[in-house]
Amino acid sequence: MSKTAVEKIFSEKSGNDVKAGDYVMANVDYVMVNDITGPIAVDAFNKLNMEAKSDKIIIIPDHFVPPKDVNSAIQYKTVKDFALKYNTNFYDIGKGGVCHQVMMEKGYAAPGRLIAGADSHTNTYGALSAISLGIGSTEAGVIFATGKMWFKVPETYKINLIGKPKEGIEGKDIILHILSKIKNDGAAYKCMEFTGDIKYIDINERMTMANMTTEAGAKCSFFDTDEKTIEYLNNRVIGDYRIIKSDDDANFEKIFNINMDEIENSIAIPNSPDNVKLISEVDTKIDQAYIGSCTNGRIEDIRKAALILKNHKINKNVRLMVVPASQEVYNQALKEGLIDIIVEAGGYFSGTTCGACLGGYMGVLGPDEICVSSTNRNFIGRMGDKSSKVYLANPKIVAASSILGRIGTPEEI
Amino acid sequence: MLNKIEGRIIVLGDNVDTDQIIPAKYLNTSDPEKLAPHFMENEYPDLAKTIKKGDIIVAGKNFGSGSSREHAVITIKGLGVSCIIAESFARIFFRNGINNGIPLIEAKINAENFGNIKIDFDKSTITYGSGIEHFNRYPEFLGKIIEKGGLINYVVSEKW
Ligand code: SF4
Repeated sequence: MSKTAVEKIFSEKSGNDVKAGDYVMANVDYVMVNDITGPIAVDAFNKLNMEAKSDKIIIIPDHFVPPKDVNSAIQYKTVKDFALKYNTNFYDIGKGGVCHQVMMEKGYAAPGRLIAGADSHTNTYGALSAISLGIGSTEAGVIFATGKMWFKVPETYKINLIGKPKEGIEGKDIILHILSKIKNDGAAYKCMEFTGDIKYIDINERMTMANMTTEAGAKCSFFDTDEKTIEYLNNRVIGDYRIIKSDDDANFEKIFNINMDEIENSIAIPNSPDNVKLISEVDTKIDQAYIGSCTNGRIEDIRKAALILKNHKINKNVRLMVVPASQEVYNQALKEGLIDIIVEAGGYFSGTTCGACLGGYMGVLGPDEICVSSTNRNFIGRMGDKSSKVYLANPKIVAASSILGRIGTPEEI
Repeated sequence: MLNKIEGRIIVLGDNVDTDQIIPAKYLNTSDPEKLAPHFMENEYPDLAKTIKKGDIIVAGKNFGSGSSREHAVITIKGLGVSCIIAESFARIFFRNGINNGIPLIEAKINAENFGNIKIDFDKSTITYGSGIEHFNRYPEFLGKIIEKGGLINYVVSEKW
C-alpha cells in the first residue's frame, strides 16, 4: 500500500504496518531534553527505578545558560548531574548551544530517524528528513528508561514548492508566507511535508522553515532528501541512516501549492507568527533588533547580517543583539571576522543561549518596547513585558532595521 | 479516574498559549505550589486567586499552544483544576495533560463563567446550563493512563 514518509518511518519504528490515525508504540532513536524540560524528565525517570538507555539520551542546557539565577543553576545542575551519572550525551556550556542546532550539527538528526525532544521546536530536524517530535518532559523521562513511547501517526499536508524564490527571499519569508495561509493551528497534529523545488532552498533555510512548522501547530515536518541534505550530513552524521520518501500516490490529507517566485519579504506582526504582512507595509520604529535562536541564529544568518552591517553604524535608538545558535557557530563567526564587523557597527555579540528568544534574560524587553527579531514567536509578552511587541523577520531585515532605526530592508541602506 | 465529575466553570478564550498560562520567567521551577499563583497573570492578574479546587476550565480553540513546557499542565494541576474542556488542544499540551493524569475533553460548548458543569465519562456526556454535549472517547489506553493517574504509574503497572 502507498504510504507517506511519516507512515513509513512509524511503521519501521513500531514494527507494524501503520497508517495515519493509528496509535503506535514506537522505538525512538534519540531523546533530547534541555535545562528547562530536563529536570521534570529526570524526576519522572527516577520514579521508574529503571536503567537509563544512555546512548539514546542527549542533554543540552540552553534556555537559561549560563545560569541566570540560583533556581536556574539548580535546574542546570540537576540535568548535568544526571548526564554525568548515567554517562549520557551531554553538551555543557562552551560546547553546545541551542538544543536543536546542536542536534543537527552534531549528527543526531538524519534521514529516516525518529527523534523525540522535550521542546516544541523539535520539528526542526525534518529539514534533514527525520521525523522529530516535540514531547513533554514526563514522557521524555519514560523514554530515558524504555527507549519507546506512544504516538499517533499524523496525516500529512504536502507543501508543494514551485519555482525559484526571488533574489533576497529567505526561508523565513517562505515559511511566513505559508503560515499566513495555513494559520496558527491550521496544521495541528499534522506532518508538514515539503517537496517540489526544494533544490532552491539551502539546508540552513530548510531548518528555519521546519522550525516554524511548530507555529502552524504541526506535529512534525519533513523535507525530501537531496544532495544538499547529504552534503550537510557528510562528516557529521553519527551512524547509518536510511532515505525515506513518500510514495507519489500516498494519502495526503491536503496539498498546498506554493509559488515561491511570487513570495516577497515578509514580516509577522504582533501577536502571532501567522499575522503576516509584506515588509513594505510596515515601517515601525524599533528599540531592539535580535538575531539568534534555533530559527535564524546560524552561521549563514550571521554572515548575511554582517555583510549588511559592514561599514555602517547601528541607529542610536536601537540595540542590536546577535546571539549565535551554537558554540560551533560562534567559533566560525570568530574565525571569519564577523564578530569584529558586528561590534564595530555598535552591535552586541554574545555567547550562545536561548536568552531573550523566550524572554528568559539577556535582552528582555521593557514596557512598550518594540523588537524586530529573527526568532519564531511573537506572542504577547514572549520577549518581556506584556506591552512589548515583537516583529518576526529574516536576519537581513533585522540587520537592516538596526541601521535604519525602523523596520526596513537592506535596499534602503 | 472518577466516572463522573462536577464542578464550577472557568471560561477562557481561543488560542490560550503556554506563555500566557505560565510566563517563561517562572520556568526556573517546576513546583506546582510556586507555579499555580502565576496562572495567566499577564492577562488576568486575579484569575489564579479566583480558581478553586475542582473547577473545570472551558476554553476555545488551540488551548495550550506554544511551547512544550509541562509547567503549563503542572500550573493548572497545581490550581486543583479537575478537567479541561476545549474545542481543540495543541498537541504537546494534550500529551502532557494525559501523561499527568488530567482528563482533557475536546468539545465545543457555550458555557457561562462560574456556571455548573457535570461530566459523565461512561456516557461521554457533558451537562451544563443550557444543554448536553457528547464527546468522543479516547482510545482505551489513553483512558487507562488517566485512570492510573498519569504515564509514570501506567508504565510501572504495565511493566513497559
Ligand atoms: S532558541 Fe528560542 S525557540 Fe529555539 S529552543 Fe531556544 S527558546 Fe525555543
